[in-house]
Amino acid sequence: MTQLDGVVKPKTKRSKRFLQGREPKLNENIKNAMLIKGGNANQTVTQALKDIYSLKKPNAVMYKKKNITRPFEDQTSLEFFSKKSDCSLFLFGSHNKKRPNNLVFGRMFDFHVLDMIELGIEKFVSLKDIKNSKFPEGTKPLLIFAGDAFETDNEHKKLKSLLIDFFRGPTVPCVRLAGLEHVLHITALEGKIYFRSYKALLKKSGCRTPRIELEDMGPSFDFTMRRTHLASDDLYKTAHRQPKALKPKKKKNVSHDVFGTKYGRLHMQKQDLAKLQTRKMKGLKKRKGEKAEGEGEEAEATTAKKAKTQ
Amino acid sequence: MAACSIEDVLAKAEREEAEKLKSISVHKELELEFDPGNLFAFDKNPPNTREFRKQNKDEFLRSLARDNTQLLINELWKLPTERVEEVIVAKLPEPTTRLPREKPVPKPRPSTKWEEFAKLKGIQKKKKTNLVWDDVHKEWKRRWGYKRANDDTKEWLIEVPETADPNEDQFSKRNKAKKERVAKNELNRLRNIARGQKIKVPGVGLAPTDQQSKTELGKAIHVAKHSTASVGKFQGNLPKEKVPKNMGKKRKFEPLIGDFSAEKRKQLDLLNIMDSKKPRIDITKAVNKQMREEDRQSGFQKRKSPGKKGRKGNFSGKGKAKGKGKKGGPAGGSGGGRNKGGPGGGNNRKPRMKQGKR
Repeated sequence: MTQLDGVVKPKTKRSKRFLQGREPKLNENIKNAMLIKGGNANQTVTQALKDIYSLKKPNAVMYKKKNITRPFEDQTSLEFFSKKSDCSLFLFGSHNKKRPNNLVFGRMFDFHVLDMIELGIEKFVSLKDIKNSKFPEGTKPLLIFAGDAFETDNEHKKLKSLLIDFFRGPTVPCVRLAGLEHVLHITALEGKIYFRSYKALLKKSGCRTPRIELEDMGPSFDFTMRRTHLASDDLYKTAHRQPKALKPKKKKNVSHDVFGTKYGRLHMQKQDLAKLQTRKMKGLKKRKGEKAEGEGEEAEATTAKKAKTQ
Repeated sequence: MAACSIEDVLAKAEREEAEKLKSISVHKELELEFDPGNLFAFDKNPPNTREFRKQNKDEFLRSLARDNTQLLINELWKLPTERVEEVIVAKLPEPTTRLPREKPVPKPRPSTKWEEFAKLKGIQKKKKTNLVWDDVHKEWKRRWGYKRANDDTKEWLIEVPETADPNEDQFSKRNKAKKERVAKNELNRLRNIARGQKIKVPGVGLAPTDQQSKTELGKAIHVAKHSTASVGKFQGNLPKEKVPKNMGKKRKFEPLIGDFSAEKRKQLDLLNIMDSKKPRIDITKAVNKQMREEDRQSGFQKRKSPGKKGRKGNFSGKGKAKGKGKKGGPAGGSGGGRNKGGPGGGNNRKPRMKQGKR
């Protein structure tokens, strides 16, 4: 398809904009997610997919039909789907006797699978089971990870990176403080991963910063980590590489010290110190008349000396 | 007494202040890692497993979440704020967590041949105005494209130049010239792309692809043969070389008002064919083709699942030999049974004609 991109010219401005939207860019678009059902998805898995779809709307595509594929064996159909719908995150749900209530979280780089992590749902409480008011879709969530397993274990680290990528939402320059309602809290404890979603209520406290009260709201999962498929280190390096243009330009000759004082540096050419302009002292100014007198005095002094010696 | 009450009031006020401050402060052993750009916080403290088991799990998780959220909110409230349309908004810094990109870093577009030449000669791009004054229509029209100014192709009067043939159609000449220019432009665009992607394109002739069909190879040979100074007149044929047919036009349409007698003859012949009892397709050929196709299918399946299924392939092979040998009754009989499958399924090059009475 990349070869045809140059050969087939878009005929309308709309199609041209569409193709430009899908090109690789310096500042990328927000990642879309595709939610796919496997050949034998049961009620739990389907409901879980629907809940995550509602969390991730509008940047998600839900595939209605069942797709009989196995992500850990054959990735070509997933890559084909991602190319067609321009999605770089995917979530595949399936259920069989050996792996009940299975969810595979994964992401792509350049339309090839980068990494996939399989999580099994032990306990699941859906959005509809908890009856209270929800917040509008598309709110950027506050992501909190707890547990030292996310720091020590490599697989948990990759899972953390994947979940941040999945649930992050668009990168915005500013955020409305009153609109920070959605909180996703993920804890790694005793080999299990607890995924909880809360609604934050900002209560009055004495000072400017409000006090938080949490209300259990969204889907809650108890996951166990199953298989993983992680990419090689150099593929990770290539994927993480940022273009040079995005790096902030370093300001030269400006430094800050501990107290916050800003110091600058000026570079000058070499100065001739003899011709330096210093303060004018009127008394030391040399005048024409004074010079002759000085000479005369000197002559007298010398003659006087001569007289003495003689 | 008044002094006591004042002291009391002050102490009470102090306690209330402390309580309020306590309500937003959270004690943690290890500080959390914050990334306000992503609204992300990471608590490295190992969670208290004993308490977890004692309490209701959800309650423990919720209190832990509340503490962590409080700390994150404290951090977010420290950010600089501004007022945008009656809404207080905090300015987020750049996200610090390193996450992989979706697509690789974009490569700069390869420059075209003209761009390289312009860079070499130092030719600058001159910015042109979007609209041009059209004197004929007395309005501003775009420089090129739909409804452009000074459109050559839309002229209703073209003077025949003195040097030209008086019977030549000047309008069609202009159209042809335009088509040629468009085709040349397209060719150059594709060549630029090919050069950019480092694909070798021959100067004249057909570009090689992976698998070339018989017709394509024939065409390539034909082109190569006629690319001599005397246009292939003195090029000898290889032994057994067949001249490729269907060079050029794929379909030929008769003109609307042409040879009436030929048209009449064709229509009458059509009626004769529809009346005739002889079938339009060669039954044995069709049947053999079908059997060959089935053999190939089963052979493919046999290769896919080797073992016991292999025997089936051999049997069909024997059946095929029989079919070829006896062109008469049995083949005809089996052909009759299979007839409806044959023309529908097999590759039928001849146009499908309805079978009349048999």
